[in-house]
Amino acid sequence: SGKMLSNISNVLRACAQKNGAAVVMSARTYADFTTQATFEIKKCDLFKLDEAPATQVVMTRDEGLQYYRTMQTMRRMELKADQLYKQKIIRGFCHLYDGQEACAVGIEAAINLTDHLITAYRAHGYTYTRGGTFNMQIVLLRGGIAKGKGGSMHMYCKNFYGGNGIVGAQVPLGAGVALACKYQENNQLCVCLYGDGAANQGQIFETYNMAALWKLPVIFICENNRYGMGTSVERAAASTDYYKRGEFIPGLRVDGMDVLCVREATRFAADHCRSGKGPILMELQTYRYHGHSMSDPGVSYRTREEIQEVRSKSDPISMLKDRMLSNNMASVEELKEIDVEVRKEIEDAAQFATTDPEPPLEELCNHIFSNNPPVEVRGTNPWSKLKSVS
Amino acid sequence: EFHRSVPAAVQVTVRDALNQAMDEELERDERVFLMGEEVAQYDGAYKVSRGLWKKYGDKRVIDTPISEVSLILICCPLQAGLRPICEFMTFNFSMQAIDQVINSAAKTYYMSAGLQPVPIVFRGPNGASAGVAAQHSQCFAAWYAHCPGLKVVSPWNSEDAKGLLKSAIRDDNPVVFLENELMYGVPFEMSEESQSKDFTIPIGKAKIERQGNHVTVVSHSRYVGHCLDAAAVLAKEGIECEVINLRTIRPMDVESIETSVMKTNHLVTVEGGWPQFGVGAEICARIMEGPAFNYLDSPVTRVTGVDIPMPYAKILEDHSVPQIKDIIFSVKKTLNV
Repeated sequence: SGKMLSNISNVLRACAQKNGAAVVMSARTYADFTTQATFEIKKCDLFKLDEAPATQVVMTRDEGLQYYRTMQTMRRMELKADQLYKQKIIRGFCHLYDGQEACAVGIEAAINLTDHLITAYRAHGYTYTRGGTFNMQIVLLRGGIAKGKGGSMHMYCKNFYGGNGIVGAQVPLGAGVALACKYQENNQLCVCLYGDGAANQGQIFETYNMAALWKLPVIFICENNRYGMGTSVERAAASTDYYKRGEFIPGLRVDGMDVLCVREATRFAADHCRSGKGPILMELQTYRYHGHSMSDPGVSYRTREEIQEVRSKSDPISMLKDRMLSNNMASVEELKEIDVEVRKEIEDAAQFATTDPEPPLEELCNHIFSNNPPVEVRGTNPWSKLKSVS
Repeated sequence: EFHRSVPAAVQVTVRDALNQAMDEELERDERVFLMGEEVAQYDGAYKVSRGLWKKYGDKRVIDTPISEVSLILICCPLQAGLRPICEFMTFNFSMQAIDQVINSAAKTYYMSAGLQPVPIVFRGPNGASAGVAAQHSQCFAAWYAHCPGLKVVSPWNSEDAKGLLKSAIRDDNPVVFLENELMYGVPFEMSEESQSKDFTIPIGKAKIERQGNHVTVVSHSRYVGHCLDAAAVLAKEGIECEVINLRTIRPMDVESIETSVMKTNHLVTVEGGWPQFGVGAEICARIMEGPAFNYLDSPVTRVTGVDIPMPYAKILEDHSVPQIKDIIFSVKKTLNV
């Protein structure tokens, strides 16, 4: 419908990364708002680096509004996913990203849509920032993006390689994408994300070796949210300095709750890669409010007090909001209006998802092979002969 | 004559049966220990090891980092004196370490000409669950059962789970123990005998769950239940199925299947895994090679998962695995009714 299309296009515009361009969501631009301000951000811890990302950074009003809207959309989307899961509309595994919004938004703010990104299963945020509209995100959880074949953990769109279920397996894949970039000399890079739990997987160290040896344009990013499912970092890692684990790969440890810190560090890392210096490793210190997945209440291995403390002192959306308000970059009403709009968009998307029909049975066997003549597929018994097209 | 009271049967879930088995074996033999992701302080990702860390402590129940390869690496040489139970959160993740299972566990006793036994149990949920999509739904029965040096066990109900796990732990060889997540919460009646600490079920012996004369239906794990349900429906139409619960995939109890086929003259195999090179395919080959072949009145029918990666959407997923109606349909086609 026309309304849905305008929703989708609004959302697409909201997550398009156009530095400095005036893509204003609110029609009202008050003449007395500050159009940009300079902020002092936390220094990064450095490993094998002589230079560092900037600590004095400029954020424009437009950028601020865009980051705010995107993070708020991601937050509400995850909370809606929680609801839909409890209503059994979303099934199977569902790993929510709320608390970690600054990572996805900060990273996307520093790279281009023509760059590449791959992550593990806590992927809803990235699916959104990479351009999958949230309508489709929720729809995919029933039928949409991957035509119902993939589900929450397996969403893909252009230059976004999922959504991967096997812990750590996405890291060699990310290096492979970077290899393709270097091979094709297109000045693109690959952002390759993994968690603190995955950081102990052997295949990651094999990947570090090859990426460094061949100077692949890959930014390895460890989203350290302190817990690998129910195991805290201290119980899993001999060294919790994840930014140093690349040994011969330079590293940065970044405040992952501050969208500007993430943006600046990613800019720095992207420059490093694009100048042919090879891979770089970033550790984002972040936090997830939900448990590991929807079947984990998240309080058997950490205290409610800890979760509450992070929420009240380090929430990425609150931090951005405070910055904008105290620098007269937006009004309380304006931000409230964005909240209301976001809520409505998510409600509409959920409504759409709930009423969208399930995929047709004819789709069952398609997409086994690419660019292949149709194949016959055996069903559950020898008389059941199904058809698979590319 | 003394008055004997009726043996007390209780309802026990598969999860609790597995838990009891591990608890009893940990208590019985100090060399036994459990290792895996989230098995200790989290009580197990699927709560199968609930309470064990509290009871036995850090030395006997060990949380590992997410590192399947090293999990096995550590477990294998430790068989020098110890008897590890190595839990995979699901068998899908065992692929990270499958080289170790085969090359370091399965083949070692052979390569060392009997010097180095590997008394290790690899256990965890196998096969399809509900809505967990392609990377988390694969059945590994055929993959592991292909390899000499391994024993592969696939329990269905609580008695199977407890008796077979105890046998697996006491076995001096590497045993791949394939559980099923959807069965964990299902309660079954357990006889008084099976509640004893010495109760074991021999590996390599199938069980006839239901007697019948018209067709032999062979299955393993969750689908045994589906077969029994199908048999109940078919019985109303006068078709009596003999349902065999394989219990062990390797070494397979072909003799039990042959004896049954020589009685019923028809055979249907049912499994959740993919058809090609699968459990049903192996049964077909073995029947053809043995005395039962001449007793078959029709070719063997295999009922299997659909030959595709597991889709996420419910309607697609439901049609990717054998349903009870598929079993009923296949039995009737096999009997030509």
